[in-house]
Amino acid sequence: MLARTADNMYWLARYMERADFVARIVDATLRLEALPKTYGGSETEWESTLTAAGAWDSFKEAYGSLTPANAIEFLTFDKRNPSSIRNCIECARTNARAVRTALTIETWECINSGWLELKRFEATHDQKGGFDRDTLARFLEFAKKMSLDADGSAYRTMLRDDAYWFSRLGLYVERADNTARILDVKYHVLLPETETVGGSLDYFQWTAILRAVSALTAYHWVYRDSVNPRNIADLLILKPEMPRSLISCYENIGRFVDSISRAYGRQGPSQRRARQVLTRLENLKIDEIQSGGLHEFITDFLDDNNRLGADIAEQYLLN
Amino acid sequence: MSVEFFDEMTRGDQSPRAVYARIQQWLKDTPPDVLASRRSQAELMFRRIGITFAVYGQANATERLIPFDIIPRVMSRTEWTKLEKGLVQRVKALNMFLADIYNRRDIIRAGVVPEDIIFRNPHFRPEMTGWRVPHDIYVHIAGIDIVRIDDKDFYVLEDNARTPSGVSYMLENREVMMRLAPDLFARHRVAPVENYTDALLSSLHSVAPRNAADDPTTVVLTPGQYNSAYYEHSFLADKLGVELVEGRDLSVRDDVVYMRTTRGPQRVDVIYRRLDDDFLDPLCFRPDSALGVPGLMSAYRAGNVTLANAVGTGISDDKAVYTYMPDIIRFYLGEEALLKNVPTWRCREPDALKYVLEHLPELVVKEVNGSGGYGMLVGPHASKTEIEAFAEKLKHDPSNFIAQPTLKLSTCPASFDTGVAPRHVDLRPFVLSGSDGVRIVPGGLTRVALKEGSLVVNSSQGGGTKDTWVIDDVLDA
Repeated sequence: MLARTADNMYWLARYMERADFVARIVDATLRLEALPKTYGGSETEWESTLTAAGAWDSFKEAYGSLTPANAIEFLTFDKRNPSSIRNCIECARTNARAVRTALTIETWECINSGWLELKRFEATHDQKGGFDRDTLARFLEFAKKMSLDADGSAYRTMLRDDAYWFSRLGLYVERADNTARILDVKYHVLLPETETVGGSLDYFQWTAILRAVSALTAYHWVYRDSVNPRNIADLLILKPEMPRSLISCYENIGRFVDSISRAYGRQGPSQRRARQVLTRLENLKIDEIQSGGLHEFITDFLDDNNRLGADIAEQYLLN
Repeated sequence: MSVEFFDEMTRGDQSPRAVYARIQQWLKDTPPDVLASRRSQAELMFRRIGITFAVYGQANATERLIPFDIIPRVMSRTEWTKLEKGLVQRVKALNMFLADIYNRRDIIRAGVVPEDIIFRNPHFRPEMTGWRVPHDIYVHIAGIDIVRIDDKDFYVLEDNARTPSGVSYMLENREVMMRLAPDLFARHRVAPVENYTDALLSSLHSVAPRNAADDPTTVVLTPGQYNSAYYEHSFLADKLGVELVEGRDLSVRDDVVYMRTTRGPQRVDVIYRRLDDDFLDPLCFRPDSALGVPGLMSAYRAGNVTLANAVGTGISDDKAVYTYMPDIIRFYLGEEALLKNVPTWRCREPDALKYVLEHLPELVVKEVNGSGGYGMLVGPHASKTEIEAFAEKLKHDPSNFIAQPTLKLSTCPASFDTGVAPRHVDLRPFVLSGSDGVRIVPGGLTRVALKEGSLVVNSSQGGGTKDTWVIDDVLDA
């Protein structure tokens, strides 16, 4: 297939995944923000949310001051933020249009009708100069639903060939990045010393992390225990059965880079890097990660994941 | 608006209460058609979640929704803290009372509680006498029904110490309310309730038998999907991350309980059972029970499994025992009860019976073991014939009844097609007891009598529910 087509497939999936992630962290932050002060509710939440969305620096450039309203606007609809939900959907659709023939009708219609819906939201947004909380809630709901539909229709209808593999690669590289970023901005509430006997103020921070990766119920099924930071880190990093864990993302990445290399009869840096990261994750225990420093581990992981993105681009997408 | 009742928002014709200021403003600012669309949105959400219940004896009603009122009920933190202290005290005393009744019976010997109301009680379980349940905790999950008649005191209407239900509504009401009115919600900084299931799990783990593994296996035992509270059973099992089992999934070998799994039998340590005592074990209680587990009681008595709640807690639900609660609290804790009892006539006492028979049209008469609003007489709302028929029942077996004045239950605003109007409410907070202390999430389930003038809030009798918000204090102007 054309390198450009592969590139579009890859980014289409990345943007759809990112739209979902941003919607989830905004949702989780709104919940935290509404908590009474005594439960750990605070206004500085938005700074870490913007950081998790990789938008803190561009936010500071765009706005003088950090207010919840500014942060929400920047994350959801601001055109200046390349990762705002609006821009993610717009980019996903631009990529989808470019490869219209590589998509099934179902996938295309899902993305196109989602984009039309976005335009309706945008009209309301521009007319009123922003969203009220009710519309915001509906918008976030819409973004999550659209991403779910796009993912499901691709999974159910696409041929299992390289077009599909590249779109899955995009999805899992993005997802690994997102999970790692959440851990990165929240690692301070996941340190062992924050664990206190008999309930902690960080409890709602912990559940917010789980909510952001839709794993609150899954947590209980895996650990059969109350929420605690050690298990959260374990779940999000090392549990293969958890679909947004780093290891699960890399199992999938490994599978799809291998499918590509088998079809093309050639291996390269992408395959090697993916295998390296997966092997490392498979051989780690959560206690080792914690004693070596959760923050350092995550920083390394984010670097590796970025390098893998670069490897994939170099090897397949830009040549 | 009636001034006869304490309205929690407006206080009758007096100045509105500050905790409700934002709600009142919201009601003023929101046009009726928006409120109407919120109501239908709420119904859709509940349908989608699948939160339904069954009313027994009604054809075609196996999956009904409990009506949800979109106007939250609000309480200040100061009010809540006061209530919470009273709840902790009451549930501590209940646990001590049950441990005593099934063992030394000091309270009977001291003449504080007459023995016949215990031993005549159908929920008294002789099988429980002379041994102690793990960690001496009998009531792990209590639902204490609270009413208000003014802005000062909280009254306990009844104690539910068997298998109180409704907590799934408390949790889902909150989720729905957050989505329904995100703006209103954000402006209130409501104390969260979402940690309830985590607290429940910790409480259940804390009472595992002493010989259980460090990581005890907990299950929720349901009578099955035809039970009226099946949704709640499945909801709780899901949130706890434990198996939802029926009696047929469990078996007992050598006094140890196992569940049948695809990997073979797995030992069970803690059973959060939502099945009445009568049905638990056909070898011990009702022999015709197909819902229970043969041998369960024997495993229980051998100390190999914890049942939550314990068997035989029904005696403290009894409305005759209820009348002694202030004495029970004093006896065990040496403290005065922080939550008031509703004044109650014990019909077993001849003078009281005489008074009750003479004043039936003003009184509410309840069976001592009744629940769910069944088998009671609401004097002011009953016809002459109904009163006469009830008087006969009462004379026939006075000890089976207690009577209370018709309470002027407080009202809260509720939203209808015809506009916003006050309706009577009660509150069921859920109190969790473990070996590591008592846990209560702020709030509880507010039940509301949706029929105008009605005082009966039970869902089986046409009641609805509301979200309950505990918010930081706002001082009255």
